[in-house]
Amino acid sequence: MAQKRIVLDPVTRIEGHAKISIYLDENGNVEEAQFHVTEVRGFEKFCEGRLYTEMPGITQRICGICPVSHLLASARAGDDIMGITIPEAARLLRYMMNSAQIVQSHALSFFHLSSPDFLLGFDSDPAKRNIFGVIEKFPDLARRGIRLRKFGQEVIEMLGGRKIHPAWAVPGGVREPLSEDKKQIILDWIPEVKETTKMGIEFFKSYIDKNKDVVENFGNFPSYFLGLVNEDGSYNHHDGFIRVIDSNGNIVLDKVDPRKYYEYIGESTSDHSYLKFPYLKSFGYPGGMYRVGPLARLNIAKSMGTPLADKELKEFKSFSPNGVVLSSFMYHYARLIEILHCIEKIEEIVQNPIIYKGKYRVYGGVNKEMGVGVSEAPRGTLFHHYWVDENGILTKVNLIIATGQNNLGMNKTVDQIAKAYIKNGDIKEGMLNRIEAGIRCYDPCLSCSTHAIGQMPIKVEIIDKSGNIVKTIVRD
Amino acid sequence: MSVVTLKIDDIECTGKVGQTILEVAKENNVQIPVLCDLKGLTPVAACRLCLVEVEGLPKLVPACATKIQEGMVVKTNTEKLKNYKRMIVELLFSEGNHICASCVVNGHCELQDLGYMVGMDHVRFDYLWQSFKIDSSHPKFVMDQSKCVKCTRCIRVCDEVEGAHVWDLRGRGINVRVSTGFDEPWGQNKDCTQCGKCVQVCPVGALFDKNATSSEMIKDRSFLQRILEGREAKIWVR
Repeated sequence: MAQKRIVLDPVTRIEGHAKISIYLDENGNVEEAQFHVTEVRGFEKFCEGRLYTEMPGITQRICGICPVSHLLASARAGDDIMGITIPEAARLLRYMMNSAQIVQSHALSFFHLSSPDFLLGFDSDPAKRNIFGVIEKFPDLARRGIRLRKFGQEVIEMLGGRKIHPAWAVPGGVREPLSEDKKQIILDWIPEVKETTKMGIEFFKSYIDKNKDVVENFGNFPSYFLGLVNEDGSYNHHDGFIRVIDSNGNIVLDKVDPRKYYEYIGESTSDHSYLKFPYLKSFGYPGGMYRVGPLARLNIAKSMGTPLADKELKEFKSFSPNGVVLSSFMYHYARLIEILHCIEKIEEIVQNPIIYKGKYRVYGGVNKEMGVGVSEAPRGTLFHHYWVDENGILTKVNLIIATGQNNLGMNKTVDQIAKAYIKNGDIKEGMLNRIEAGIRCYDPCLSCSTHAIGQMPIKVEIIDKSGNIVKTIVRD
Repeated sequence: MSVVTLKIDDIECTGKVGQTILEVAKENNVQIPVLCDLKGLTPVAACRLCLVEVEGLPKLVPACATKIQEGMVVKTNTEKLKNYKRMIVELLFSEGNHICASCVVNGHCELQDLGYMVGMDHVRFDYLWQSFKIDSSHPKFVMDQSKCVKCTRCIRVCDEVEGAHVWDLRGRGINVRVSTGFDEPWGQNKDCTQCGKCVQVCPVGALFDKNATSSEMIKDRSFLQRILEGREAKIWVR
């Protein structure tokens, strides 16, 4: 039997458009699996010639799920071009908005997109394996999950005037502080969202107790982990320093100014995908594969800086003897702990009087030819790098998106799951679901990373070496 | 003072000799879309959005530049006019690169308002996607040619009110651009007094404050009202 190729196109319940190819050897076992991102939008190119001050407004249009991440990273790149330090109130307000963004995006990922797999089972009826199926069977949890996302969205709206694409963070700070009448509304909502997150955590922990094979086989491999932390190594999702650890927990890079990321991170390309493959320069390509996002952020942080999240972090780290959790399936758990931290942080910041009264915006001109803005997006570390002329017109733009940095990890995850669940050419619907779910662990946002839009039913093609389709599985 | 009586959209109107159809229409709450016209500046009838039908005249006339006459019968909202006006707005959109979402005047833009007013739910013409340059050499203001609708308000206010005449038109047809003398960067122009009047009268996001970001710029034209009052009181002669 000649080599066969299985294609999953597109991958569903993720943001954007992707497909997966699985190459089978002569015995019908998996030889190699690849995750393709099939579209390109070209933001980096068409931003050239525009003003750096416009970039928060333009780049947040990359995505409707995490516009805030692009807004904040872009505003920070603008701060850097102006060569200014933003006022403390602005820093706190931006941290608050990023926290709200992480809450809403993680709630969407966990409750809306991924929970159908855990709650209803990977092999359940595909027609019901979605948020509506969850609403039918677990109405209370589904309602709570939806309200948790609403909380994040509403906090974003209270700060920026709208839930999606708020034009609020600007080079130099933020446009408006939080209005004082919003304080009590937010504080009143906190207990409910904390409770929802704890419920999610308890549910997830009981799930992984019963499904150890899933944890074992869903992208469980060594890699480096990269993210932002405070100088003392505690968790920070907006304005910390870059830290990289290896899979044994050894710190290989620490206290790196994120604006110097380009000295440490390189980008490679591949023929099979429009998504680039970032890697750590000091370890080469592909040896310098690293993962970003919730799992990485929790692996690199020594503490969360808030009591409830700290308690959970200890438990999270106990899943591995050296404190570094390798299974990509644990991204889900990490996401819930981050939600907890963000809720606690919002509660803390909203009670700080400086955000209502302090100076929140400073002005300046072009003082540097280049600026880098870094922030932790829900899916991982986000880099905006702009080059400008003396009048602030962009001459070059480089955006390194979280999902791009997980590209190598996603490929490896697909490969691992395919090898574990496809034997001797036997391809069942449930197995393909597991591969998709493996990708979903990373909550990839392909709209951001290459900028694709759209979803279609899943289609699997098995193609032999000479290019003939020998079998097609279609799921409408 | 002689009084003129006329009919605009079946409404019996009266006006003073020397008034334009547009002025009288406004006084009688008849809405006529405009883009280039601005009270205080000489009308130029550049945008053609205020075209109206006048009984007995073989062609359409601009309401901003046509004086009222006794017994005139004016129609402002016929199917033919509605069609033309929507077409004009669509052509303006297709000619420039008007990306409202990231524009500094998003939500406060006269062209955007016109789009709603004429019922432009989509543009039927192919976008030209011309390549335009941004001039941000000025210390306070920015000129983005991609959003310019060639209304010439900036040229007129600079010439007629400020007296600097920094701006004028160059090129022909689709290549017409608002430009400084010798097309030098705005920041190097010695005539500019940095008053910002051109920025404030610009109906779109072609001229804006340097610090303004998406949706942030709201144009303030109160200075024109002060100048009009000054003219009337004869303390401002220009």
